[in-house]
Amino acid sequence: MFKHVKSRNFLHNFPPFFFLGLEFGSVFREMNSSSGKVYMSTASSSAGWKAGDAAAADQFPAGLRVLVVDDDPTCLMILEKMLRTCLYEVTKCNRAATALSMLRENKNGFDIVISDVHMPDMDGFKLLEHIGLEMDLPVIMMSADDGKHVVMKGVTHGACDYLIKPVRIEALKNIWQHVVRKRKNEWKDFEQSGSVEEGDQQLKHSEDAGYSSSANEGNWKSSKRRKDDEDETDERDDTSTLKKPRVVWSVELHQQFVVAVNQLGIDKAVPKKILELMNVPGLTRENVASHLQKYRLYLRRLSGVSQHPSNLNNTFMSPQDATFGPLSSLNVLDLQTLAATGQLPAQSLATLEAAGLGRPTGKSGLPVPLVDQRNFFSFENPKLRFGEGQQHVNNNKQMNLLHGIPTTMEPKQLAGLHHGAQSMGNMNMQVTSHAPQSSQNNPLLMQMAQPQARGQMLNDSSLGHAPRLLSPMGQPILSNGIAANVLLETGFKKISEPLVIIQFRRTLRC
Amino acid sequence: MEVVQMQRGLVDYTKTLFMECFLDAQFLQLQQLQDESNPDFVFEVVSLFFDDSEKLLNDLSMALDQPSVDFKKVDAHVHQLKGSSSSIGAQRVKDACVTFRNFCEEQNIEATLRCLQQVKHEYYLVKNKLETLLRLEQQIVAAGGSIPMIEMGFLKTINMKGKHDSGVVYTVETYGVFCDSTSIRSL
Repeated sequence: MFKHVKSRNFLHNFPPFFFLGLEFGSVFREMNSSSGKVYMSTASSSAGWKAGDAAAADQFPAGLRVLVVDDDPTCLMILEKMLRTCLYEVTKCNRAATALSMLRENKNGFDIVISDVHMPDMDGFKLLEHIGLEMDLPVIMMSADDGKHVVMKGVTHGACDYLIKPVRIEALKNIWQHVVRKRKNEWKDFEQSGSVEEGDQQLKHSEDAGYSSSANEGNWKSSKRRKDDEDETDERDDTSTLKKPRVVWSVELHQQFVVAVNQLGIDKAVPKKILELMNVPGLTRENVASHLQKYRLYLRRLSGVSQHPSNLNNTFMSPQDATFGPLSSLNVLDLQTLAATGQLPAQSLATLEAAGLGRPTGKSGLPVPLVDQRNFFSFENPKLRFGEGQQHVNNNKQMNLLHGIPTTMEPKQLAGLHHGAQSMGNMNMQVTSHAPQSSQNNPLLMQMAQPQARGQMLNDSSLGHAPRLLSPMGQPILSNGIAANVLLETGFKKISEPLVIIQFRRTLRC
Repeated sequence: MEVVQMQRGLVDYTKTLFMECFLDAQFLQLQQLQDESNPDFVFEVVSLFFDDSEKLLNDLSMALDQPSVDFKKVDAHVHQLKGSSSSIGAQRVKDACVTFRNFCEEQNIEATLRCLQQVKHEYYLVKNKLETLLRLEQQIVAAGGSIPMIEMGFLKTINMKGKHDSGVVYTVETYGVFCDSTSIRSL
């Protein structure tokens, strides 16, 4: 099973309560009370290993556990060799799906992931999102493509770096900085425990630091970083002790989180209250805070991404990829974001969402991997079991309504949406009761694996970013869980989608 | 003696490959990754590259042979070939792929067919060169010598450093590219 290669003395003054049985996805394995985590070696390690059994902390970054994912066997082999030469423990993988399941099975088995952008079974960015949300590991993207927009995509999806192929070994020597940086920020989150406002401060602070190489501090930082000659600062010694056990946001946990956030309202959701609502033993406010930060970033990115039709195809997930989550109701997320930014009156949000969700699509083409009816996670687009006629009607209405929508909703238009929404109203109400059950369901993954893939391949590019991932977590980010419930009950035969939604978003974006 | 001559021949041959842009600096990286724990690394990677590329080229031929060409698919294949050829250091193949991708974007069928021919041509050329190179290396090792490590740098002078017990060490500068051949060990 697992071989202990070495233990790392990262946790020096770690508060004991962190070692409580946080069982989400077996985060802690064999915690050693004095020295924290024990590393698990992977099957393919050791070859070329030169560090021996020296005390791990001294050896850092040697032994860094890297998972590299690339469908190109030549590149994969070269990368593996280069990483071994850097004294890292390397696991290689040529399929994103395999990588994801490896990560899920062995939640604390890796420190950093390097992934190619273009892979046949799953888009690298999608994998990136999954990893960010589920395991919170730093992910480095790489590609032969150095176009600005691709690099930017890496940034917006939260990649901590972007390497251009051919990758030189010098570029790989410093990847450990991302691991340290991330842990350092998590540590800071932890240290700044306290008031509610602080949660937001922290978010901002760690956002700056944690996302420094991706989002905020200069878009080109990640592209600059790929230059081999960049010299890394050495904040090592103290930060190497800052490693803290990672809470893994399993599907159920994330679902509970989203439910709590929705209950509070996206703009009122502060870590302390979320924590209280979630009522999960052993979970700390800091865990919630950092997860909330990521979640917000995700939402923000969703609303800010342009919806060029061709993008869709990249992010599209085939029905077989049930595990990867459906195109979440992008529309809903956008609406939420809009509401959060004050552009939409709060109460219209729910309406719009309901309307949006109910909006069937005339187009066939959305993959609908949705799954078990009782499991209201992920869904690509709400496939509602509407009668054809009704769908049409809805569609038209909504098309008309949304077309001319200005940045702020006009009352008339809202009324129009209400109209459409009301027909959904019944649907919504019916399923509300299902909500609580889902938390008892098996992890999303398991259920997702039963592909209800009655969906069709997504051809319709209007879907845009739907596949942006939220889903593995399952819980759709719907306000008040309404949309999810709708999905639940109706069983999604159709992919209702967002031609309309997209337009809506487009106009709202100014 | 003979080993030394073979080594020199290998260095010269490698030099020409660089000068003619069949190979670029990335190939040197690969050579430097090869060590005692992995003495056949370059051979293995190059073989993998050959297998993978041939498959890609077949797929490309098929894709371009369809009545209705799926350019996205073609582009994906070419992108992959570009990635692997650049990782190996096969510069001309990579450059041909770049041109190929441009025409894919334009969805120009005749041009892409020509590009495919070009890529294939470059691929077979570099394959031939690499096979020759690897064969020369094998001959040296079989004769008891060691494979000279080649480093690139920029120097303006030509030096003859003289003999060592284990072989000749010399430096040669050509067109701004500096190749230094040093014997690693004696046998």
